[in-house]
Amino acid sequence: MIQMKNVYKKYPNGIVALNGLNVEIEQGEFVYIVGPSGAGKSTFIKMMYREERPSSGQMFVDDIDIATLKNRKVPMLRRQIGVVFQDFKLLTKLNVYENVAFALEVIEEKPAAIKKRVMEVLDLVGLKHKAKMFPTELSGGEQQRVSIARSIVNMPKVMIADEPTGNLDPETAWDIMNLFERINKAGTTIIMATHNQQIVNTRRHRVIAIEGGLIVRDVAGGDYGYEG
Amino acid sequence: MKARTMMRHFKESFKSIGRNSWMTFASVSAVTVTLLLVGVFVLIMMNLNKVADDLENDVEIKVFVSLDATEETIEDLESQIVKMPGVESTDFSTKEEELTDLVLDFGDELSLFEQSNPLFDVFYVKALDPQQTEAVATEIAALESIEDVKYGEGKIEKLFNFLNAGRNVGLILILALLFTAMFLISNTIRITIVARRREIEIMKLVGATNWFVRIPFILEGMWLGILGSLIPIGLVALLYKKITEFAQPRLSGELFQLLEFTPFIYQVSALILLMGVFIGIWGSFMSIRKFLRV
Repeated sequence: MIQMKNVYKKYPNGIVALNGLNVEIEQGEFVYIVGPSGAGKSTFIKMMYREERPSSGQMFVDDIDIATLKNRKVPMLRRQIGVVFQDFKLLTKLNVYENVAFALEVIEEKPAAIKKRVMEVLDLVGLKHKAKMFPTELSGGEQQRVSIARSIVNMPKVMIADEPTGNLDPETAWDIMNLFERINKAGTTIIMATHNQQIVNTRRHRVIAIEGGLIVRDVAGGDYGYEG
Repeated sequence: MKARTMMRHFKESFKSIGRNSWMTFASVSAVTVTLLLVGVFVLIMMNLNKVADDLENDVEIKVFVSLDATEETIEDLESQIVKMPGVESTDFSTKEEELTDLVLDFGDELSLFEQSNPLFDVFYVKALDPQQTEAVATEIAALESIEDVKYGEGKIEKLFNFLNAGRNVGLILILALLFTAMFLISNTIRITIVARRREIEIMKLVGATNWFVRIPFILEGMWLGILGSLIPIGLVALLYKKITEFAQPRLSGELFQLLEFTPFIYQVSALILLMGVFIGIWGSFMSIRKFLRV
């Protein structure tokens, strides 16, 4: 599903974020990405949807070559993957239904199919009854559920989440995790960058620790491994 | 792109105008103010130009034929003058007709000259391009049996210099005003788009192509341009209606006239509308460019 070989990333300001990173993630896996701030987690995540591109090395997401992908083709890549952000990134001027439907309008799906599919995923995340509400009228947990609904609405093979529980209270964070587990059980690969020790230690999955732009630990069913 | 998607873009651009009502208001007012200025200025400049044209077209060459010229010589002269490349028309007037005109203009006292007419037979010649009057006059003067050629030497050169300067200044002012207008409006639109950069970023992150993001913005810019041109079109038409109603009776019989209300006002309205649309589309297009690089 995802392969990285000697991926190296140096930003224009001279900072080396990834220093020859190698990893392979299979279809259907659930992977935590952990590590201190500034270790390269975000760069790692951002490369998967080509917000950043490797300075050198090889990287494939679902057989798409990220290093040589043309700007014009980036939208095609992003339609293959769902992305969930710490700050939700919802369109504040669109209501819940429209936010989720947007990801399908982009791929020019038929209106009837859009309606059916959007209601399905809103049902899945438990927000069917709030379809007409606007993001600002929702709690943080509800907003994150909308953004999850949007990320899975076009049935991507992989879902990438950057600190999805970072802005949520512990109880809501567990709700979101339950949702992720369900999505993963349905066959979607999930890659989640997190600082949440409790979640990583309770819901055991593969843990990849990144420090100084390198993978320092890669353990199936491992623990968080850092204090706090 | 599917027709359905284009419909979506249209709907989206309408919704966006309503949802961003404050920004819509800001952009539309900027467009309104500048187009109003441009509209009034175009009215003035086009009419000045018309007056200049009228004055120019009034310039003609008076060719005095020698007293010893026979009828044949005169016919021959006429055909030579008509054949000249710069000549638009000639009009022959005998010395008797000339005297009748003089008597009409200056009174019966002059009729005593009827016994012994001191005047000449005359050709009134119009140059194809009024600015070439001098050249044509020189050419005619070189012909046989010509007593004299008059065309307001000295005076018309001054008039032409003045009119040409006026036209150039007007053109420069219109261009400067248009440039200012484009700058002002595209800046206003840019501000409204900067406020929505997050929106654009999110669209790109969920896999929208550049055109998918761009088209609703461009359509929105077009609506803003159209909305902004309505008030200027109305006001300019009203203003010009009043001006022509006031000026036309007072100018009747004068050397120059203002442009007729129609079709001139349709042309000006179309110009204002087109400028609004162009500025709106161009402003959106330029402003959105840098935010698409996500």
